[in-house]
Amino acid sequence: MTASVFKARRHLASLGAAVLTTAALALPAAAADTPTTSQDDKVGRGKYLVTIAGCNDCHTPWKMGPTGPAPDMSRMLSGHPESFQLPPAPAPQGPWLVSAAATNTAWSGPWGVSFTANLTPDAETGLGKWTLRNFVDTIRSGRHMGRGRQILPPMPIPMYKHMTDEDLEAVFAYLKSIPAVSNRVPEPLPAASPVAAK
Amino acid sequence: MDSHWYQPAWKALLTAVLTAIGLISAAYAPAQSAKPVPERLRDTGLFAPGSTTEIASDVLAFSPQYPLWSDGATKRRWIALPPGTFIDGAKADAWEFPRGTRLWKEFSVGRRIETRFIERLQDGSWRFVSYVWNDAGTDATLAAADGTVLRLGGERRYAIPSRTDCLACHEGAAVPVLGFSALQLSADRDPLAPHAEASSGTDLRALVARGWLRNLPSALFERPPRIAAATPVERAALGYLHGNCGHCHGKPDETGASVPVGVLLAQSVVEPNSSADVLRSLGRASRFRTPGVKHAPQAVVPGSAQTSVLPLRMRSRDPRVQMPPLGTDIADSEALALIERWIDHSLPSTKERKQ
Repeated sequence: MTASVFKARRHLASLGAAVLTTAALALPAAAADTPTTSQDDKVGRGKYLVTIAGCNDCHTPWKMGPTGPAPDMSRMLSGHPESFQLPPAPAPQGPWLVSAAATNTAWSGPWGVSFTANLTPDAETGLGKWTLRNFVDTIRSGRHMGRGRQILPPMPIPMYKHMTDEDLEAVFAYLKSIPAVSNRVPEPLPAASPVAAK
Repeated sequence: MDSHWYQPAWKALLTAVLTAIGLISAAYAPAQSAKPVPERLRDTGLFAPGSTTEIASDVLAFSPQYPLWSDGATKRRWIALPPGTFIDGAKADAWEFPRGTRLWKEFSVGRRIETRFIERLQDGSWRFVSYVWNDAGTDATLAAADGTVLRLGGERRYAIPSRTDCLACHEGAAVPVLGFSALQLSADRDPLAPHAEASSGTDLRALVARGWLRNLPSALFERPPRIAAATPVERAALGYLHGNCGHCHGKPDETGASVPVGVLLAQSVVEPNSSADVLRSLGRASRFRTPGVKHAPQAVVPGSAQTSVLPLRMRSRDPRVQMPPLGTDIADSEALALIERWIDHSLPSTKERKQ
């Protein structure tokens, strides 16, 4: 009886040691996982993803610089400039179906004319009032705000919808952290419709 | 004394450790996969054995007082709960449905064409699928997950929604069951509701009596919920907006799923200022702009349906403009007439009343 009790105590001691070791190992990780650091990591990861996924290619207006056209980072990710007046897009000819404006923010094709969205955290014209859920639902469903009209080409929803939840959360955290730009992007236009002067 | 190791303190520690191990194991265990979706509607439990017309005895028909517009399709709806379970109505605007809840909605356009099926799985998630009836109307089989379009003759088409589109509407609300709620099943039904259907008898009292609904706030049991409105037309207009738009245009909640445009169209059966909140949100500037127009129009301009964004978007079937954005190819002329009558004639009186 006594032996079995000691045996049981040794098992418990081992179990207790294991638990304490696990706790000791877990504690530094938990301490490191403070909200600030975690948020910084998330924003950093989001910046990386936004950069390499080419978001600036269409959502930041391009302008002509000394080495050719380049994104105007003073208007980073603010979408098609509302002040940019466009004439009607050229009619498609043969295999040339799609046209893009010099800013790379307005695209004409069989779907009509689409204008890239303001992804900055401006409350009235950007993502300022969006929740993470709104953003994730948008990318997953391909619908504006996750519930509205379909998002139009050339937004690569068919590819981006496969991003992980963690990556989408990081992208959203980064977009919420960048400077807000007030820029009300026009509604898309139907096919074969002249672009209204803004 | 030999047995001191299992004294209460040790026992508590042991229990805690085992519980922790259990929790950790559960957290890392692969999720139990749900049963596969039946390939045929007849295998979902809607019908009596061997039939595709006789409804099973444990399935209950219901009809919401403010039905969703579906291009004029006629609809029938049913719900079934697992034996011994009930709906928790404590949160009167967001009922908690038991795991295993099943709901069906049948669409007919001259004949039965589609039956949608929602099921709450054992892990608490919801599954949305659709079944398409054959031309003879004798059998319905599982539709493709990415949806399809059926031709009804002439230019008329009928869209079977994709599962993603099911979620677009159903997951916008706090609870993805949209037509089975305290307001929709109130016995105080709105006689002016567009496309109103006869009551199936499934109202709040009937559900409580059947044992399917518990914890409903007693005030709702004693006095069936009703939308507060200045006129009967306004009541019907707000009810239509609740039933057709409120699932996306709801009050921001912990799910964060409602669209962030500041338009509130969902009614609450417990908040006394619910209608006032809706009216206030409709008076704000709309985010929507028609091409070439720079000023911000209001969603609703009292006395002027013509300059209000709400009827403009209800009337449009341009996919970039239309509201609702999916589930309909034909504007709802009856509802449009109601909304325009309300904006032109009923809202000014509301404004005057407040002065």
